[in-house]
Amino acid sequence: MQKQRGSTKAVTSATQSVRSSMTSTPFTRALEHLGADQLVEYYRQMMLIRRFEEKCQEMYTRSKIGGFLHLYVGEEATGVGAISNLQPQDHVFTHYRDHGHAIARGLDINPLMAELFGKDTGCSRGMGGSMHFADVTKNFWGGYAIVGSHLLLADGVALQCKMQKTNGVVMVFFGDGATNGGEFYESLNFAQLWKLPVVFVCENNLFAMGTPLEVHSSVTEIHRKANAFDMKSMRIDGNDLLGVREQVGEAVEHARSGKGPVLVEAMTYRFRGHSAQDTQKYRTKEDVEKHRSADPLEAYRKLLIDEEICPASRLDAIDVQIDAEVDASVEFADNSPVPGNEWLTDAGIYAAPLETLTVDPTLV
Amino acid sequence: MAILTVREALQQALHEAMQDERVFIIGEDIGHYGSTYGVTAGFLEKYGPERIRDAPIAEAGILGLATGAAMAGMRPIAEIMSVNFSLLAFDIIINHAAKIYSMFGGKFSVPLVMRTTNGWTQLSATHSQSFDAMFAYIPGLKVVAPATPADMKGMFRAAMADPDPVIFIEHTLMYGVKGEVPDGDYIVPIGKSVLAREGRHLTVVTYSRMVHLSLQAAELLAQEGIEVEVVDLRTLRPLDMSVALESFKKTNHAVVVTEDWQSYGTSAEIATRLYEAGFDYLDAPIQRVNFREVPMPYAKNLEQQVVVTTERIVAAIKKVLNRS
Repeated sequence: MQKQRGSTKAVTSATQSVRSSMTSTPFTRALEHLGADQLVEYYRQMMLIRRFEEKCQEMYTRSKIGGFLHLYVGEEATGVGAISNLQPQDHVFTHYRDHGHAIARGLDINPLMAELFGKDTGCSRGMGGSMHFADVTKNFWGGYAIVGSHLLLADGVALQCKMQKTNGVVMVFFGDGATNGGEFYESLNFAQLWKLPVVFVCENNLFAMGTPLEVHSSVTEIHRKANAFDMKSMRIDGNDLLGVREQVGEAVEHARSGKGPVLVEAMTYRFRGHSAQDTQKYRTKEDVEKHRSADPLEAYRKLLIDEEICPASRLDAIDVQIDAEVDASVEFADNSPVPGNEWLTDAGIYAAPLETLTVDPTLV
Repeated sequence: MAILTVREALQQALHEAMQDERVFIIGEDIGHYGSTYGVTAGFLEKYGPERIRDAPIAEAGILGLATGAAMAGMRPIAEIMSVNFSLLAFDIIINHAAKIYSMFGGKFSVPLVMRTTNGWTQLSATHSQSFDAMFAYIPGLKVVAPATPADMKGMFRAAMADPDPVIFIEHTLMYGVKGEVPDGDYIVPIGKSVLAREGRHLTVVTYSRMVHLSLQAAELLAQEGIEVEVVDLRTLRPLDMSVALESFKKTNHAVVVTEDWQSYGTSAEIATRLYEAGFDYLDAPIQRVNFREVPMPYAKNLEQQVVVTTERIVAAIKKVLNRS
């Protein structure tokens, strides 16, 4: 994926605007620290997620993709903003709505689309599907489909970071629906007890699948659940990309500095159903439309244009480029081979297959 | 060779494992309390709290953290004090530890060892169960249940060296069992069964503590001229039936002895494998000796009727051989 470069002129112009306004906001601070190019890059990431997801829906309708398909449309600002704070040595865990986080972490979309098509070139060799994207080379440990339990795995990787002093931080995403089960509370307790470098990012999209927040949780301000563990927490607007970036950035630094974990509650909304089959009886079209009118991607695009970071024409050009990339990913997936039958043998199930005793050479 | 108890053999194995800086132990009461069954007694003092991690009573958490740490390159030993408590961690064990290697396309694995115990002694219904079959049912897990001090040490070494999640099943009534243990560092491979006693009239197929009771039964029957061969499976998954089948082809009679419930239990799988591969050699129906199928009663007189005894093994052998 070619990174789009911003023009010097736009930066100069926007910097002047910052100076003249004299008001410090997440936007002005981001511009100052990151520069215009990076702000445009966030747009590109959000739009890539949006278009990838739209293409997924299309491919699902055409039966190119099977199983469950949970789309991230509407929540892009949370994933992109939060993950933008991570460094290469950091780690990401996420739930089954994992496409957006994978793209934000920089996974190439070709293996992602191939995974959805059940192909050998998929990021998980066609063994995982939509809910199980992973790329260990990017410390992207995967999407997990059992609600809540991956928080404990995230704690485990954070324990590794701490014990081996890697200076790494683990960011783990989950929904509001994951905060009522025991594994959530166990993971918070362990993390705070052992001061593990974890940033828990709850994407509160107001529904646990189809059950409204106030129907599934006795405490609807999810961030307050951290209070039981004396854990730092915050509730943020998950649809404001630069606000997410800045506030989650503070959480990441808190965790990295050894002060312990943070629970971030990012208020957001998914525009599509829980999965591709969802008839959405639990919410009205008006509600969805209301949130769609505050689309975080559109809002960010408008910000970039209004603040003269990037002209609309260039953003349009980025969109066209993304469309081509997404189309190419479909072609890549279509032309890829299916996985072989070795996955149906022990060799596909065990790192050391049953017939042989394979000993880790580093232990001999 | 030294004569050691199972406990001492395991202690040696654990100390050897701790030589690897990536290894740490996480579990309930393994440190400050001094270890429920004494296996990790003194470890906290020797290795410190960073590597001997007393955990909250939160089994899913213990296994979850161990699984995550294993994925990221550590070599955790997760101790679940009693296998009954492992039920609270089954989501992690089955949905995660066992699946991660294949589900993510073989890109990373979970080199985790979970130590746990079977056992009973008037502990009643929730503290006297065996879930051997439930673990062994799961593709992606390796399940071992050694019987002797030597195998405990050697198989623990194999488990630690294995890149896959290994369920290492001990037995509360076996920690004091003594036996010869080779000196130094050695491996007893996972997935290899062994002959525990030679005989020619009947094959007993068994594992874990039942090996010792079966050997006692064989000893008693030897006095009556009945020569029983005892096969110790040692590993439940992968299940190596080669030694048992060789024996069965010679004796044409078999009894399967396992310390769990009969229906859908480990003995069901073992007997089926004997029938499938050894049908032509079968002279009499295979008998199984197991727990009676009830929740374990507290009252001693009732508990004694539920558990497997040497007498019940002897009776089953005689039945198969049509001796009275």
